[in-house]
Amino acid sequence: MSGEHNSSFDIKGIWMVFWVLFAITVLEFILALVIPEAFIAKPIKNVIYIALTLLKAFYIVAYFMHLKFERINMIYSIILPTVFVLGVIAALMYESDYWFTLR
Amino acid sequence: MSSQASPVLQSSGKIWDGGNEPFGASYGKLMMWFFLLSDAFTFSALLLAYAALRFSSLSWPVPDNVFAGVPFIHGHFPLVFVGIMTFILIMSSVTMVLAVEAGHRGARSEVVKWMIWTILGGIAFLSCQAWEWSHLHHDGAWWGSNPFLNADGTPGQVNFTNLFFTITGFHGFHVFSGVVINIIVTIMTVVGVFDRRGTYETIEKIGLYWHFVDLVWVFVFTFFYLV
Repeated sequence: MSGEHNSSFDIKGIWMVFWVLFAITVLEFILALVIPEAFIAKPIKNVIYIALTLLKAFYIVAYFMHLKFERINMIYSIILPTVFVLGVIAALMYESDYWFTLR
Repeated sequence: MSSQASPVLQSSGKIWDGGNEPFGASYGKLMMWFFLLSDAFTFSALLLAYAALRFSSLSWPVPDNVFAGVPFIHGHFPLVFVGIMTFILIMSSVTMVLAVEAGHRGARSEVVKWMIWTILGGIAFLSCQAWEWSHLHHDGAWWGSNPFLNADGTPGQVNFTNLFFTITGFHGFHVFSGVVINIIVTIMTVVGVFDRRGTYETIEKIGLYWHFVDLVWVFVFTFFYLV
C-alpha cells in the first residue's frame, strides 16, 4: 500500500536534496572551467567527475526515487544486479586496451 | 491448477492479491523498478560502447571545442548551454517529487500544478536539445560525419558523432515519452481518476520513470561533456 509512508521525506527534504544536486553540479563546472589542468591533471579530474556523478546518482535514487525508504529485500533486488555493469566495464576496458595496442 | 487451491489463491482472481506484499510495494511499482533496471542496462551498454571506442582511439575530439554554442549569443562558451539543460532537468525532477508528495496528501490541485511544471520542464529540455542538435547539424555533424578535429589535429572520429546522436537521441526519446505520459497522467488527475481510485500511486510510478530519465542525463552529461 502506498498510503503507509512513514513520512520519511517531506518538502523540506526535497529542497535539501535539490541544493545538494545543484552544489555538486556547480562543483563539476568549477572543476571543468576554472581550475586549470596544470593544477589538477585530467585523469584525476575524471576520477573526481565520476565520483561526483555516482554521488548525484545516489541522491536521486535514494531520495527522489525513494529507494532508501523501501524494504531491504527490494533495495537489494534493484541495486545488486547493477554489479553486472561493473563486469562489463572491466571486460570492455580490457578489450579496448587490446584494440588500442593493435593500432 | 490442482483441485486443492491454496487459501491465498482463493482469495482473489488477481495475481498480486495474495496475503501480503513481499517487497512492501505494489505490483505496478515493483515492475516499474524492474523495467528501469533493464533500461539502465541498455544505457550502460551504450555508454560503455562509447567508453570502449574512445579508449581504443588514438585521439578524440575535445568536448569543450564541440559543445560551446549558446542560443542568441555568438562566441565560445564551453559547457554553458548544457549546464542550463542539466539545471532544467534537475528542476523538473524536483517538481515531480513535489507532485508525488502532494499526491500522498491527496491534494489534487497541487498535484496538477506540479505536474504542469514538470511537463514544462520536459518540454524546455527537449527544446534545448532540438536547438543543440540543429546547431551541431548546421556545423556539419551528423551520423556518419564529424567536422570537429581530434585533440591531436587529425580528422575527427566519426564514432564520436555517431554515439553522441545515438545516445542523446535515445535519452531524448525517453524524455519525450515521459512528457507524453506526464500529460496523460495530468489529465487523469484533473478528471479525478485517482480520487475515485483512492490512491495517487500512478503519479509515484511515472515519477520513478521521470527521475530515471534525470539519472541517465547525469551520466550522459559526465561522459560526453566533462570526461
